Amino acid sequence: MSVGSRASELAGAPPEIQLRGLVKSFHSADGPIRAVRGIDVAISAGETVALLGPNGAGKSTTIDMLLGLLAPDAGTVSVFGHAPADAVARGAVGGMLQTGQLIRDLTVRELVAMMASLYPAPLGVDETLELAGVSEISAQRTNKLSGGQTQRVRLAVALVSDAELLVLDEPTVALDVEGRQAFWTTMRAFAARGKTIVFATHYLEEADAFADRAVLMAHGAIVADGPTNEIKAMVGTRTIRATLPTITVEELEALPGVSSAERRGEAAIMHCSDSDAAIRALLAAHPEARDIEINAAGLEQAFLALTGDGPGGGEAAGAGAATSLGEA
Amino acid sequence: MPLLYVRYELLRTLRNRRFFLLSLGFPLVLYYVIVSPNRHVHDFDGSGISFPLYYMVGLASFGTMSAMLSCGARIAAERAVGWNRQLRITPLSPRTYFRVKVLTGYMMALISLLALYAAGASLGVSLAAGEWLKMTGLILVGLVPFAALGVLLGHMLTPDSIGPAMGGGISLLALLGGTWFPIGGGFLHDLAQFIPSYWLVQASHVALGGQPWPAKAWALTLAWTVVLGALAARAYRRDTGRV
Repeated sequence: MSVGSRASELAGAPPEIQLRGLVKSFHSADGPIRAVRGIDVAISAGETVALLGPNGAGKSTTIDMLLGLLAPDAGTVSVFGHAPADAVARGAVGGMLQTGQLIRDLTVRELVAMMASLYPAPLGVDETLELAGVSEISAQRTNKLSGGQTQRVRLAVALVSDAELLVLDEPTVALDVEGRQAFWTTMRAFAARGKTIVFATHYLEEADAFADRAVLMAHGAIVADGPTNEIKAMVGTRTIRATLPTITVEELEALPGVSSAERRGEAAIMHCSDSDAAIRALLAAHPEARDIEINAAGLEQAFLALTGDGPGGGEAAGAGAATSLGEA
Repeated sequence: MPLLYVRYELLRTLRNRRFFLLSLGFPLVLYYVIVSPNRHVHDFDGSGISFPLYYMVGLASFGTMSAMLSCGARIAAERAVGWNRQLRITPLSPRTYFRVKVLTGYMMALISLLALYAAGASLGVSLAAGEWLKMTGLILVGLVPFAALGVLLGHMLTPDSIGPAMGGGISLLALLGGTWFPIGGGFLHDLAQFIPSYWLVQASHVALGGQPWPAKAWALTLAWTVVLGALAARAYRRDTGRV
Protein backbone atom coordinates (compact mmCIF):
# COMPACT_ATOMS: atom_id res chain seq x y z
CA MET A 1 0.00 0.00 0.00
CA SER A 2 1.38 3.38 -0.82
CA VAL A 3 1.59 6.11 1.74
CA GLY A 4 -0.51 8.39 -0.41
CA SER A 5 -3.52 6.13 -0.20
CA ARG A 6 -2.85 5.56 3.48
CA ALA A 7 -2.89 9.29 4.10
CA SER A 8 -6.08 9.64 2.14
CA GLU A 9 -7.70 6.91 4.18
CA LEU A 10 -6.73 8.84 7.24
CA ALA A 11 -8.31 11.92 5.77
CA GLY A 12 -11.35 9.89 4.79
CA ALA A 13 -11.31 11.32 1.27
CA PRO A 14 -10.10 10.13 -2.11
CA PRO A 15 -6.75 11.55 -3.25
CA GLU A 16 -7.30 15.00 -4.76
CA ILE A 17 -4.27 14.87 -6.99
CA GLN A 18 -3.34 11.74 -8.84
CA LEU A 19 -0.48 10.98 -11.17
CA ARG A 20 -0.98 7.58 -12.74
CA GLY A 21 1.57 5.70 -14.83
CA LEU A 22 3.23 8.88 -16.06
CA VAL A 23 5.84 8.45 -18.76
CA LYS A 24 7.70 11.17 -20.62
CA SER A 25 10.67 10.98 -22.98
CA PHE A 26 12.52 13.71 -24.80
CA HIS A 27 14.42 13.50 -28.02
CA SER A 28 18.07 14.39 -28.00
CA ALA A 29 21.01 14.01 -30.34
CA ASP A 30 22.02 10.87 -28.42
CA GLY A 31 18.60 9.27 -28.75
CA PRO A 32 15.58 9.50 -26.49
CA ILE A 33 16.00 10.59 -22.89
CA ARG A 34 13.52 8.84 -20.66
CA ALA A 35 12.92 11.63 -18.18
CA VAL A 36 10.01 10.02 -16.35
CA ARG A 37 9.56 6.25 -16.47
CA GLY A 38 6.17 5.43 -15.10
CA ILE A 39 5.37 7.04 -11.78
CA ASP A 40 2.29 6.90 -9.56
CA VAL A 41 1.64 9.45 -6.85
CA ALA A 42 -1.57 10.20 -4.99
CA ILE A 43 -1.79 13.34 -2.89
CA SER A 44 -4.59 14.28 -0.51
CA ALA A 45 -5.91 17.77 0.07
CA GLY A 46 -3.90 19.67 2.64
CA GLU A 47 -0.77 17.54 2.30
CA THR A 48 2.63 19.13 1.86
CA VAL A 49 4.69 16.86 -0.33
CA ALA A 50 8.35 17.19 -1.29
CA LEU A 51 9.46 15.75 -4.58
CA LEU A 52 13.00 14.98 -3.55
CA GLY A 53 15.81 13.92 -5.81
CA PRO A 54 19.13 14.87 -7.37
CA ASN A 55 19.33 16.90 -10.55
CA GLY A 56 18.11 14.93 -13.52
CA ALA A 57 15.78 12.75 -11.45
CA GLY A 58 12.75 13.85 -13.45
CA LYS A 59 11.27 16.21 -10.86
CA SER A 60 10.79 19.18 -13.18
CA THR A 61 9.32 17.02 -15.92
CA THR A 62 6.86 15.58 -13.40
CA ILE A 63 5.93 19.06 -12.21
CA ASP A 64 5.45 20.29 -15.77
CA MET A 65 3.04 17.41 -16.38
CA LEU A 66 1.24 18.12 -13.10
CA LEU A 67 0.77 21.72 -14.22
CA GLY A 68 -0.30 20.80 -17.74
CA LEU A 69 2.74 22.48 -19.31
CA LEU A 70 3.81 19.15 -20.79
CA ALA A 71 1.65 16.36 -22.14
CA PRO A 72 2.70 12.92 -20.84
CA ASP A 73 3.57 10.21 -23.40
CA ALA A 74 1.51 7.82 -21.30
CA GLY A 75 -0.44 7.99 -18.08
CA THR A 76 -2.88 10.51 -16.65
CA VAL A 77 -2.88 13.45 -14.30
CA SER A 78 -5.93 14.42 -12.32
CA VAL A 79 -6.03 17.62 -10.24
CA PHE A 80 -9.16 17.93 -8.09
CA GLY A 81 -10.93 15.66 -10.55
CA HIS A 82 -9.94 17.69 -13.63
CA ALA A 83 -7.29 17.57 -16.29
CA PRO A 84 -4.41 19.88 -15.29
CA ALA A 85 -5.26 22.50 -17.93
CA ASP A 86 -8.86 22.66 -16.69
CA ALA A 87 -7.77 22.92 -13.06
CA VAL A 88 -5.41 25.73 -14.06
CA ALA A 89 -8.18 27.49 -16.01
CA ARG A 90 -10.43 27.33 -12.93
CA GLY A 91 -7.77 29.06 -10.86
CA ALA A 92 -7.25 26.03 -8.63
CA VAL A 93 -3.50 25.93 -9.22
CA GLY A 94 -0.74 28.38 -8.42
CA GLY A 95 2.86 27.78 -9.32
CA MET A 96 6.42 28.92 -9.21
CA LEU A 97 8.54 27.41 -11.94
CA GLN A 98 12.19 26.56 -11.64
CA THR A 99 13.50 29.07 -14.13
CA GLY A 100 12.11 32.39 -15.09
CA GLN A 101 12.40 36.08 -14.51
CA LEU A 102 9.83 38.80 -14.24
CA ILE A 103 8.44 40.96 -17.01
CA ARG A 104 9.78 44.49 -16.94
CA ASP A 105 8.29 48.00 -16.85
CA LEU A 106 6.04 47.39 -13.85
CA THR A 107 6.52 47.88 -10.14
CA VAL A 108 6.43 44.86 -7.85
CA ARG A 109 2.98 45.88 -6.58
CA GLU A 110 1.65 46.41 -10.11
CA LEU A 111 2.92 43.02 -11.23
CA VAL A 112 1.32 41.23 -8.29
CA ALA A 113 -1.95 43.13 -8.83
CA MET A 114 -1.84 42.26 -12.54
CA MET A 115 -1.49 38.55 -11.76
CA ALA A 116 -4.12 38.73 -9.02
CA SER A 117 -6.61 40.00 -11.61
CA LEU A 118 -6.40 36.66 -13.43
CA TYR A 119 -7.71 34.57 -10.52
CA PRO A 120 -11.31 34.18 -9.41
CA ALA A 121 -10.57 34.58 -5.68
CA PRO A 122 -7.08 35.97 -5.22
CA LEU A 123 -5.36 36.90 -2.00
CA GLY A 124 -5.25 40.64 -1.30
CA VAL A 125 -2.28 42.37 -2.93
CA ASP A 126 -1.05 43.93 0.32
CA GLU A 127 -1.44 40.66 2.17
CA THR A 128 0.51 38.84 -0.54
CA LEU A 129 3.32 41.40 -0.54
CA GLU A 130 3.51 41.08 3.24
CA LEU A 131 3.43 37.29 3.16
CA ALA A 132 6.19 37.08 0.56
CA GLY A 133 8.27 39.68 2.40
CA VAL A 134 8.37 42.15 -0.48
CA SER A 135 6.35 45.03 1.03
CA GLU A 136 9.44 47.23 1.29
CA ILE A 137 10.30 46.83 -2.38
CA SER A 138 6.72 47.04 -3.67
CA ALA A 139 7.33 50.38 -5.42
CA GLN A 140 10.46 49.20 -7.21
CA ARG A 141 10.50 48.27 -10.87
CA THR A 142 10.75 44.54 -11.48
CA ASN A 143 13.87 44.97 -13.63
CA LYS A 144 15.77 46.65 -10.76
CA LEU A 145 15.68 43.76 -8.29
CA SER A 146 18.42 41.48 -6.98
CA GLY A 147 18.27 37.75 -7.64
CA GLY A 148 16.90 37.02 -4.17
CA GLN A 149 14.29 39.77 -4.43
CA THR A 150 13.21 38.50 -7.84
CA GLN A 151 12.73 35.06 -6.37
CA ARG A 152 10.56 36.43 -3.57
CA VAL A 153 8.44 38.38 -6.04
CA ARG A 154 8.03 35.21 -8.10
CA LEU A 155 6.78 33.57 -4.93
CA ALA A 156 4.34 36.46 -4.43
CA VAL A 157 3.07 35.89 -7.97
CA ALA A 158 2.41 32.24 -7.08
CA LEU A 159 0.85 33.02 -3.68
CA VAL A 160 -1.52 35.71 -4.90
CA SER A 161 -3.52 33.01 -6.68
CA ASP A 162 -4.62 31.72 -3.24
CA ALA A 163 -5.04 28.47 -5.18
CA GLU A 164 -5.92 25.19 -3.49
CA LEU A 165 -2.82 23.57 -4.97
CA LEU A 166 0.50 25.35 -4.95
CA VAL A 167 3.33 23.82 -6.97
CA LEU A 168 6.90 25.01 -6.54
CA ASP A 169 9.81 23.76 -8.62
CA GLU A 170 13.12 24.14 -6.76
CA PRO A 171 11.90 27.43 -5.30
CA THR A 172 14.93 28.21 -3.12
CA VAL A 173 17.68 27.42 -5.57
CA ALA A 174 18.69 31.07 -6.04
CA LEU A 175 18.43 32.00 -2.37
CA ASP A 176 21.05 32.25 0.37
CA VAL A 177 20.58 30.59 3.74
CA GLU A 178 18.67 33.50 5.26
CA GLY A 179 16.52 33.82 2.17
CA ARG A 180 15.73 30.14 2.38
CA GLN A 181 14.59 30.40 5.98
CA ALA A 182 12.41 33.40 5.19
CA PHE A 183 10.98 31.53 2.24
CA TRP A 184 9.92 28.51 4.27
CA THR A 185 8.51 30.70 7.01
CA THR A 186 6.26 32.21 4.34
CA MET A 187 5.32 28.79 3.04
CA ARG A 188 4.40 27.56 6.51
CA ALA A 189 2.01 30.47 6.85
CA PHE A 190 0.48 29.59 3.48
CA ALA A 191 0.24 25.87 4.28
CA ALA A 192 -1.54 26.75 7.52
CA ARG A 193 -4.44 27.97 5.35
CA GLY A 194 -5.11 24.33 4.48
CA LYS A 195 -3.56 24.43 1.05
CA THR A 196 -2.03 21.49 -0.75
CA ILE A 197 1.62 22.12 -1.55
CA VAL A 198 3.88 20.13 -3.83
CA PHE A 199 7.47 21.24 -4.18
CA ALA A 200 10.56 19.86 -5.84
CA THR A 201 13.88 20.12 -4.09
CA HIS A 202 17.24 18.49 -3.96
CA TYR A 203 17.81 19.56 -0.36
CA LEU A 204 16.93 16.82 2.11
CA GLU A 205 16.89 19.43 4.90
CA GLU A 206 14.15 21.38 3.14
CA ALA A 207 12.00 18.33 2.66
CA ASP A 208 12.60 17.35 6.29
CA ALA A 209 11.88 20.79 7.71
CA PHE A 210 8.82 21.56 5.67
CA ALA A 211 7.10 18.57 4.09
CA ASP A 212 4.85 15.97 5.73
CA ARG A 213 5.84 13.51 3.14
CA ALA A 214 8.67 13.02 0.69
CA VAL A 215 8.57 11.28 -2.66
CA LEU A 216 12.08 10.27 -3.64
CA MET A 217 12.85 10.26 -7.33
CA ALA A 218 15.90 8.98 -9.15
CA HIS A 219 16.39 8.34 -12.85
CA GLY A 220 12.78 9.18 -13.60
CA ALA A 221 11.27 6.72 -11.14
CA ILE A 222 10.04 6.83 -7.57
CA VAL A 223 12.43 5.00 -5.26
CA ALA A 224 10.65 5.72 -2.00
CA ASP A 225 7.54 7.48 -0.78
CA GLY A 226 6.76 8.11 2.86
CA PRO A 227 6.75 10.45 5.86
CA THR A 228 9.79 12.70 5.77
CA ASN A 229 11.26 11.42 9.00
CA GLU A 230 11.32 7.90 7.60
CA ILE A 231 12.80 9.11 4.36
CA LYS A 232 15.40 11.05 6.28
CA ALA A 233 16.38 7.95 8.21
CA MET A 234 16.75 6.13 4.91
CA VAL A 235 18.85 8.64 3.07
CA GLY A 236 20.12 10.93 5.78
CA THR A 237 22.95 8.65 6.89
CA ARG A 238 26.28 10.05 7.97
CA THR A 239 29.67 8.49 7.60
CA ILE A 240 32.39 8.66 10.25
CA ARG A 241 35.93 8.14 9.09
CA ALA A 242 38.83 7.90 11.52
CA THR A 243 42.42 6.74 11.49
CA LEU A 244 42.34 3.82 13.91
CA PRO A 245 44.57 0.90 12.88
CA THR A 246 43.77 -1.44 15.75
CA ILE A 247 39.98 -1.80 15.64
CA THR A 248 38.14 -4.59 13.82
CA VAL A 249 35.06 -4.30 11.64
CA GLU A 250 33.10 -6.36 14.19
CA GLU A 251 34.01 -3.93 16.98
CA LEU A 252 33.00 -0.99 14.81
CA GLU A 253 29.64 -2.50 13.95
CA ALA A 254 28.98 -3.17 17.61
CA LEU A 255 29.08 0.55 18.39
CA PRO A 256 25.69 2.21 18.95
CA GLY A 257 24.32 4.09 15.95
CA VAL A 258 26.51 2.27 13.44
CA SER A 259 24.65 0.34 10.78
CA SER A 260 27.67 -0.95 8.86
CA ALA A 261 31.40 -0.52 8.86
CA GLU A 262 34.47 -1.24 6.78
CA ARG A 263 38.24 -0.85 6.90
CA ARG A 264 40.41 0.82 4.30
CA GLY A 265 44.03 0.48 5.30
CA GLU A 266 44.45 2.32 8.58
CA ALA A 267 41.10 4.06 8.21
CA ALA A 268 37.93 2.84 9.86
CA ILE A 269 34.71 3.83 8.13
CA MET A 270 31.32 3.67 9.83
CA HIS A 271 27.98 4.26 8.14
CA CYS A 272 25.74 5.58 10.87
CA SER A 273 22.05 5.91 11.50
CA ASP A 274 22.95 8.00 14.57
CA SER A 275 26.41 9.51 14.14
CA ASP A 276 26.21 11.43 17.42
CA ALA A 277 25.85 8.26 19.48
CA ALA A 278 28.46 6.50 17.39
CA ILE A 279 31.15 9.15 17.75
CA ARG A 280 30.65 9.42 21.52
CA ALA A 281 30.95 5.66 21.94
CA LEU A 282 33.92 5.49 19.59
CA LEU A 283 35.90 8.16 21.43
CA ALA A 284 35.03 6.72 24.83
CA ALA A 285 36.35 3.31 23.81
CA HIS A 286 39.18 4.51 21.54
CA PRO A 287 40.48 7.93 22.55
CA GLU A 288 43.48 7.35 20.27
CA ALA A 289 41.29 7.77 17.15
CA ARG A 290 42.48 10.71 15.04
CA ASP A 291 41.82 12.49 11.70
CA ILE A 292 38.12 12.14 12.39
CA GLU A 293 35.71 13.24 9.65
CA ILE A 294 31.94 13.11 9.78
CA ASN A 295 30.15 13.53 6.46
CA ALA A 296 26.51 13.59 5.51
CA ALA A 297 25.91 11.29 2.57
CA GLY A 298 24.78 13.25 -0.44
CA LEU A 299 21.37 12.54 -1.86
CA GLU A 300 22.97 11.19 -4.97
CA GLN A 301 24.88 8.59 -2.93
CA ALA A 302 21.81 7.76 -0.91
CA PHE A 303 19.83 7.21 -4.08
CA LEU A 304 22.51 5.04 -5.56
CA ALA A 305 22.36 2.96 -2.40
CA LEU A 306 18.57 2.76 -2.60
CA THR A 307 18.36 1.92 -6.26
CA GLY A 308 21.36 -0.35 -6.09
CA ASP A 309 22.89 0.85 -9.34
CA GLY A 310 24.56 3.75 -10.98
CA PRO A 311 23.19 6.41 -13.37
CA GLY A 312 23.07 4.56 -16.72
CA GLY A 313 21.63 1.28 -15.45
CA GLY A 314 18.25 2.82 -15.12
CA GLU A 315 16.09 -0.23 -15.71
CA ALA A 316 16.46 -1.50 -12.16
CA ALA A 317 15.36 1.93 -10.97
CA GLY A 318 11.97 1.44 -12.52
CA ALA A 319 8.73 1.77 -10.65
CA GLY A 320 8.96 -1.85 -9.54
CA ALA A 321 11.92 -1.03 -7.36
CA ALA A 322 10.00 1.55 -5.37
CA THR A 323 10.15 1.06 -1.66
CA SER A 324 6.90 1.56 0.14
CA LEU A 325 7.57 2.86 3.57
CA GLY A 326 3.95 2.43 4.43
CA GLU A 327 4.66 -1.26 4.84
CA ALA A 328 8.18 -1.02 6.13
CA MET B 1 -11.41 40.23 -20.82
CA PRO B 2 -9.77 40.88 -17.43
CA LEU B 3 -9.74 44.69 -17.42
CA LEU B 4 -7.16 45.15 -14.70
CA TYR B 5 -4.81 42.84 -16.57
CA VAL B 6 -5.33 44.85 -19.76
CA ARG B 7 -4.69 48.07 -17.88
CA TYR B 8 -1.32 46.89 -16.57
CA GLU B 9 -0.34 45.46 -19.93
CA LEU B 10 -1.05 48.84 -21.56
CA LEU B 11 0.78 50.66 -18.77
CA ARG B 12 3.89 48.61 -19.20
CA THR B 13 3.80 48.99 -22.96
CA LEU B 14 3.58 52.77 -22.55
CA ARG B 15 6.65 52.67 -20.31
CA ASN B 16 8.68 51.00 -23.03
CA ARG B 17 11.20 53.47 -24.43
CA ARG B 18 11.85 51.55 -27.61
CA PHE B 19 8.26 52.13 -28.67
CA PHE B 20 8.57 55.89 -28.35
CA LEU B 21 11.75 55.85 -30.37
CA LEU B 22 10.74 53.53 -33.19
CA SER B 23 6.99 54.01 -33.59
CA LEU B 24 6.64 57.61 -32.51
CA GLY B 25 9.85 59.65 -32.45
CA PHE B 26 11.44 58.39 -35.64
CA PRO B 27 8.42 58.90 -37.98
CA LEU B 28 7.63 62.28 -36.44
CA VAL B 29 11.14 63.65 -36.87
CA LEU B 30 11.35 62.30 -40.41
CA TYR B 31 7.99 63.82 -41.20
CA TYR B 32 9.07 67.33 -40.35
CA VAL B 33 12.46 66.89 -42.03
CA ILE B 34 10.97 65.62 -45.29
CA VAL B 35 7.77 67.63 -45.47
CA SER B 36 8.71 71.06 -44.12
CA PRO B 37 10.57 72.17 -47.30
CA ASN B 38 7.83 70.73 -49.55
CA ARG B 39 4.72 71.62 -47.62
CA HIS B 40 3.19 73.53 -50.52
CA VAL B 41 3.47 70.75 -53.12
CA HIS B 42 -0.13 69.87 -53.92
CA ASP B 43 0.34 66.97 -56.28
CA PHE B 44 3.17 64.72 -55.14
CA ASP B 45 4.80 62.86 -58.03
CA GLY B 46 1.57 62.59 -60.01
CA SER B 47 -0.26 60.80 -57.18
CA GLY B 48 -2.83 63.59 -56.97
CA ILE B 49 -2.16 63.80 -53.25
CA SER B 50 -0.50 66.68 -51.46
CA PHE B 51 3.05 66.24 -50.18
CA PRO B 52 2.10 66.69 -46.49
CA LEU B 53 -0.79 64.20 -46.75
CA TYR B 54 1.21 61.62 -48.69
CA TYR B 55 4.00 61.54 -46.14
CA MET B 56 1.64 61.77 -43.20
CA VAL B 57 0.07 58.48 -44.24
CA GLY B 58 3.36 57.07 -45.54
CA LEU B 59 5.10 57.61 -42.22
CA ALA B 60 1.97 56.54 -40.34
CA SER B 61 2.25 53.21 -42.15
CA PHE B 62 5.81 52.97 -40.88
CA GLY B 63 4.94 53.94 -37.31
CA THR B 64 1.85 51.74 -37.06
CA MET B 65 3.59 48.72 -38.61
CA SER B 66 6.35 49.15 -36.03
CA ALA B 67 3.77 49.42 -33.26
CA MET B 68 1.99 46.24 -34.32
CA LEU B 69 5.18 44.26 -34.82
CA SER B 70 6.59 45.39 -31.49
CA CYS B 71 3.87 43.14 -30.04
CA GLY B 72 6.02 40.34 -31.39
CA ALA B 73 9.11 41.76 -29.74
CA ARG B 74 7.29 41.77 -26.41
CA ILE B 75 6.12 38.19 -26.89
CA ALA B 76 9.68 37.12 -27.73
CA ALA B 77 11.01 38.91 -24.65
CA GLU B 78 8.40 37.27 -22.42
CA ARG B 79 9.20 33.87 -23.84
CA ALA B 80 12.91 34.42 -23.26
CA VAL B 81 12.44 35.06 -19.53
CA GLY B 82 9.97 32.19 -19.14
CA TRP B 83 7.03 34.48 -18.46
CA ASN B 84 4.79 32.76 -21.00
CA ARG B 85 5.17 29.55 -18.98
CA GLN B 86 4.18 31.45 -15.84
CA LEU B 87 1.08 32.78 -17.64
CA ARG B 88 0.20 29.32 -18.89
CA ILE B 89 -0.27 28.19 -15.28
CA THR B 90 -2.77 30.99 -14.63
CA PRO B 91 -6.42 31.05 -15.75
CA LEU B 92 -5.48 33.45 -18.57
CA SER B 93 -6.38 31.66 -21.80
CA PRO B 94 -4.01 31.82 -24.79
CA ARG B 95 -6.82 33.47 -26.73
CA THR B 96 -7.10 36.29 -24.22
CA TYR B 97 -3.34 36.59 -24.01
CA PHE B 98 -3.15 37.25 -27.76
CA ARG B 99 -6.18 39.52 -27.74
CA VAL B 100 -4.56 41.69 -25.12
CA LYS B 101 -1.27 41.72 -27.02
CA VAL B 102 -3.03 42.78 -30.23
CA LEU B 103 -5.03 45.36 -28.34
CA THR B 104 -1.87 46.94 -26.93
CA GLY B 105 -0.38 46.89 -30.43
CA TYR B 106 -3.43 48.75 -31.71
CA MET B 107 -3.26 51.25 -28.89
CA MET B 108 0.36 51.99 -29.75
CA ALA B 109 -0.56 52.24 -33.43
CA LEU B 110 -3.31 54.73 -32.60
CA ILE B 111 -0.94 56.89 -30.58
CA SER B 112 1.52 56.88 -33.47
CA LEU B 113 -1.28 57.65 -35.91
CA LEU B 114 -2.70 60.54 -33.89
CA ALA B 115 0.76 62.04 -33.42
CA LEU B 116 1.31 62.00 -37.19
CA TYR B 117 -2.16 63.42 -37.82
CA ALA B 118 -1.30 66.31 -35.52
CA ALA B 119 2.01 66.79 -37.33
CA GLY B 120 0.20 66.62 -40.69
CA ALA B 121 -2.38 69.18 -39.60
CA SER B 122 0.41 71.47 -38.43
CA LEU B 123 1.91 71.37 -41.95
CA GLY B 124 -1.37 72.03 -43.74
CA VAL B 125 -3.10 68.65 -44.16
CA SER B 126 -6.78 69.36 -44.25
CA LEU B 127 -9.47 66.74 -44.74
CA ALA B 128 -13.19 66.53 -44.07
CA ALA B 129 -14.11 64.78 -40.82
CA GLY B 130 -15.53 61.83 -42.77
CA GLU B 131 -12.27 61.46 -44.69
CA TRP B 132 -10.17 61.43 -41.50
CA LEU B 133 -12.42 58.73 -40.11
CA LYS B 134 -12.48 56.64 -43.26
CA MET B 135 -8.70 56.86 -43.57
CA THR B 136 -8.22 55.84 -39.95
CA GLY B 137 -10.63 52.94 -40.39
CA LEU B 138 -8.77 51.67 -43.44
CA ILE B 139 -5.40 51.90 -41.68
CA LEU B 140 -6.74 49.98 -38.68
CA VAL B 141 -8.11 47.26 -40.96
CA GLY B 142 -4.89 47.24 -42.98
CA LEU B 143 -2.95 46.55 -39.77
CA VAL B 144 -4.73 43.28 -39.00
CA PRO B 145 -2.23 41.13 -40.97
CA PHE B 146 0.58 42.86 -39.08
CA ALA B 147 -0.95 41.85 -35.77
CA ALA B 148 -0.79 38.22 -36.92
CA LEU B 149 2.75 38.74 -38.23
CA GLY B 150 3.81 40.14 -34.84
CA VAL B 151 2.50 37.08 -33.01
CA LEU B 152 4.17 34.80 -35.55
CA LEU B 153 7.57 36.51 -35.23
CA GLY B 154 7.24 36.62 -31.45
CA HIS B 155 6.99 32.83 -31.34
CA MET B 156 9.63 32.17 -33.99
CA LEU B 157 12.42 34.50 -32.99
CA THR B 158 14.50 35.35 -29.94
CA PRO B 159 14.72 38.87 -28.51
CA ASP B 160 18.21 39.13 -30.02
CA SER B 161 17.13 38.34 -33.54
CA ILE B 162 13.73 40.01 -33.57
CA GLY B 163 15.16 43.55 -33.50
CA PRO B 164 17.12 43.23 -36.75
CA ALA B 165 14.36 41.11 -38.32
CA MET B 166 11.77 43.76 -37.51
CA GLY B 167 14.00 46.63 -38.60
CA GLY B 168 14.78 45.01 -41.93
CA GLY B 169 11.27 43.73 -42.47
CA ILE B 170 9.60 47.06 -41.76
CA SER B 171 12.08 48.94 -43.97
CA LEU B 172 11.41 46.60 -46.87
CA LEU B 173 7.64 46.62 -46.37
CA ALA B 174 7.70 50.41 -46.12
CA LEU B 175 9.82 50.79 -49.26
CA LEU B 176 7.69 48.41 -51.36
CA GLY B 177 4.49 49.77 -49.86
CA GLY B 178 5.28 53.31 -50.98
CA THR B 179 6.10 54.96 -47.67
CA TRP B 180 8.93 56.95 -49.23
CA PHE B 181 7.60 57.59 -52.72
CA PRO B 182 4.59 56.54 -54.76
CA ILE B 183 5.04 53.19 -56.46
CA GLY B 184 4.65 53.96 -60.16
CA GLY B 185 3.67 51.57 -62.92
CA GLY B 186 5.51 48.45 -64.06
CA PHE B 187 6.68 45.39 -62.19
CA LEU B 188 7.16 47.13 -58.86
CA HIS B 189 3.59 48.37 -58.93
CA ASP B 190 2.26 44.89 -59.77
CA LEU B 191 4.31 43.43 -56.93
CA ALA B 192 3.36 46.14 -54.43
CA GLN B 193 -0.34 45.32 -54.82
CA PHE B 194 0.31 42.00 -53.08
CA ILE B 195 1.98 43.60 -50.10
CA PRO B 196 -0.26 44.58 -47.19
CA SER B 197 1.75 47.72 -46.40
CA TYR B 198 0.92 49.09 -49.87
CA TRP B 199 -2.73 49.29 -48.93
CA LEU B 200 -1.92 51.08 -45.68
CA VAL B 201 -0.31 53.85 -47.70
CA GLN B 202 -3.20 53.82 -50.18
CA ALA B 203 -5.51 54.89 -47.34
CA SER B 204 -4.40 58.45 -48.11
CA HIS B 205 -6.42 58.18 -51.34
CA VAL B 206 -9.50 59.15 -49.35
CA ALA B 207 -8.50 62.70 -50.31
CA LEU B 208 -9.19 61.88 -53.98
CA GLY B 209 -12.83 60.99 -53.28
CA GLY B 210 -14.38 57.68 -54.28
CA GLN B 211 -13.29 54.40 -52.77
CA PRO B 212 -9.58 54.39 -51.81
CA TRP B 213 -9.56 50.61 -51.45
CA PRO B 214 -10.67 48.44 -54.40
CA ALA B 215 -12.09 44.99 -53.72
CA LYS B 216 -8.70 43.41 -54.18
CA ALA B 217 -7.32 45.45 -51.27
CA TRP B 218 -9.89 43.89 -48.96
CA ALA B 219 -9.30 40.43 -50.41
CA LEU B 220 -5.55 40.73 -50.06
CA THR B 221 -5.75 41.99 -46.48
CA LEU B 222 -8.06 39.11 -45.62
CA ALA B 223 -5.80 36.57 -47.35
CA TRP B 224 -2.69 37.78 -45.51
CA THR B 225 -4.58 37.73 -42.22
CA VAL B 226 -5.73 34.15 -42.75
CA VAL B 227 -2.29 32.89 -43.82
CA LEU B 228 -0.30 34.73 -41.17
CA GLY B 229 -2.89 33.89 -38.53
CA ALA B 230 -2.64 30.18 -39.33
CA LEU B 231 1.16 30.34 -39.26
CA ALA B 232 1.07 32.22 -35.96
CA ALA B 233 -1.25 29.62 -34.43
CA ARG B 234 1.07 26.88 -35.62
CA ALA B 235 4.13 28.66 -34.22
CA TYR B 236 2.34 29.04 -30.89
CA ARG B 237 1.41 25.37 -30.72
CA ARG B 238 4.89 24.29 -31.65
CA ASP B 239 6.40 26.65 -29.11
CA THR B 240 4.25 25.34 -26.28
CA GLY B 241 4.49 21.68 -27.22
CA ARG B 242 0.77 21.46 -27.95
CA VAL B 243 1.23 19.97 -31.42
